[in-house]
Amino acid sequence: MRAERRGSTAALFGSELLTLFRRRRTVALLAALALIPVLIGVAIRLAGDAGSGRGPAFLDQITNNGLFVGVTAIIVAIPLFLPLTIGVVAGDTIAGEASHGTLRYLLIAPAGRLRLLAVKYLSAGVFCLAASLTVVVVGTLVGWALFPIGPVTLLSGSTVSVGEGLLRLLGIAAYVCVSLLGLSAIGLFLSTLTTVPVGAMAATAILAVVAQIIGALPQLDWLHPWLFSEHWLGFADLLRDPVQWASFADNALLQAGYILVFGALACGRFLTKDILS
Amino acid sequence: MTGFAIETAGLSKRFRAQMAVDGIDLAVPSGSVFGFLGPNGSGKTTTIRMLLGLVAASSGSARVLGTDMPRGVGSVLPRVGALVEGPAFLPFLSGAANLRRFDAADRSAGGRSRPARVADALDRVGLSHAADKKVHAYSLGMKQRLGLANALLVPRDLLVLDEPTNGLDPQGTREVRNLIRSLAGDGTTVFVSSHLLAEVEQICTHVGVMRAGRLVTQGTLDDFRSTGAVSVRLQTPDVADARAVLARLGLTVDAPAGTPARAGGPADATRLVTARLDATPPEAVVAALVAAGVRVRGFEAAHASLEQRFVELTGEGFDVVQ
Ligand SMILES: Nc1ncnc2c1ncn2[C@@H]1O[C@H](COP(=O)(O)OP(=O)(O)OP(=O)(O)O)[C@@H](O)[C@H]1O
Ligand SMILES: [Mg+2]
Repeated sequence: MRAERRGSTAALFGSELLTLFRRRRTVALLAALALIPVLIGVAIRLAGDAGSGRGPAFLDQITNNGLFVGVTAIIVAIPLFLPLTIGVVAGDTIAGEASHGTLRYLLIAPAGRLRLLAVKYLSAGVFCLAASLTVVVVGTLVGWALFPIGPVTLLSGSTVSVGEGLLRLLGIAAYVCVSLLGLSAIGLFLSTLTTVPVGAMAATAILAVVAQIIGALPQLDWLHPWLFSEHWLGFADLLRDPVQWASFADNALLQAGYILVFGALACGRFLTKDILS
Repeated sequence: MTGFAIETAGLSKRFRAQMAVDGIDLAVPSGSVFGFLGPNGSGKTTTIRMLLGLVAASSGSARVLGTDMPRGVGSVLPRVGALVEGPAFLPFLSGAANLRRFDAADRSAGGRSRPARVADALDRVGLSHAADKKVHAYSLGMKQRLGLANALLVPRDLLVLDEPTNGLDPQGTREVRNLIRSLAGDGTTVFVSSHLLAEVEQICTHVGVMRAGRLVTQGTLDDFRSTGAVSVRLQTPDVADARAVLARLGLTVDAPAGTPARAGGPADATRLVTARLDATPPEAVVAALVAAGVRVRGFEAAHASLEQRFVELTGEGFDVVQ
């Protein structure tokens, strides 16, 4: 009917990303994440080394090499801050639209239920990447500004150049991003269950904490391999020589499993849901 | 094309124990302006949600633009513009940004023409000057206008408008009326739910009336009005004589209205007498009145107003039925 080139899913995805990242709340979440490496860097700069063995891993390395600020910040952010921000973004995906009433207008546009769900999940995934990159990149910049930078001594004792050190930092950001994709899928599913976004956000964040508590209980050993948080701290293997990709692969496989299961649950729920908001 | 833009058969929706929509057989002719009436809670919005594939019917079927819903959502909805239960937008985006977002969701809408189409739609509803204002700073009527603009982003074959003039100022209401007329003139079918019967009377060619989930009547506006009883309104000072004559002719005479219709001398004041005319021709009534020496100062035989018909069909009670 219309001669013009038809709009694509990329257009919807682009519009979704624009909406997400222009939103003040998203910017505030990323700013809060950026604050973590800044705090760590400034505190160590002012107070000096706390002496080895105390505080998060790598903390005592920072005064020697600023490149470790980002790594330390990631370790600090992983248990709570990162899952919290993911909970907010993933929990809001569908429930937020429902609470604004915009879900019905997106669906009669028509966005297509499956297409909308996919686009919503992809943008949550982009937020995961933005969040982990924010911590690592701001951490590196802070380290660069406040501390000497030099070749990086790896966990296995050998040393790599600054350039390779930076590459490995990017690898860590990628690892952390992948780590959060399973949680995002859980948040997406929870978001299809309710029209109250805060409920889905809180439930997602709480699940992240519960998973880590279970992971810390040796009595529940048998459950550990199935926890989405099981490999969250495994990125240290990217700081060995040679790089231990096995933990990256294990983590990716586990997260893919979560994406499949909770993605299917979200579809099952959302594709047939009565939109009454 | 079947000749019907919307056709349903036994369409029903049950919410737990309650039948919100109870087996309705709607037939909305292509090219009509169809007024969908009914008291609060009678199931209008629920019906619209089913037609648009937002809600699954508990039983029955619906065809929109000749295609079964909700199976045809992807192919039919690009040709349908809709306002469902009031407008809804992301408050932190501008009016124009909200429209671009909904337009990007429509796969059949091209990206290159998007800015022009958004500007055009905003212009049609008189919102050009507020295009870049955040929606949280919009007034009720401005949001309503933006909702209409969203329905008009691309040329549509069918518009489904749930209370489109809610919250609009008199100018806005008149604009919407003109807009609906001009769209209908271009061949767009308009399915509009409204509580403003005066509006409906002015713009609709067809009406359907819902009551407690059932469609109690549907058809052309003229048929709808003419099926109601014809009543006579007589202006005369000779009330007692007139009532006697009318009663003798077999008309059901209404109880006398208390106050004079027009100020005059107390004995000579013109008063209003109303009665229901059944089979008697109006001219016979006038002849009988004049023959009996009743001073006829005004006489009108007319169909009941839309409001009277509406109340006849849906009941006097003010309480929401379900
Ligand atoms: N989400 C829901 N859950 C349960 N019942 C509902 C729901 N939505 C609507 N109903 C019921 O369905 C019936 C029809 O509601 P609907 O919104 O279709 O009425 P309406 O004709 O649009 O009324 P109005 O003129 O007030 O807009 C009402 O009795 C209402 O209580
Ligand atoms: Mg309604």
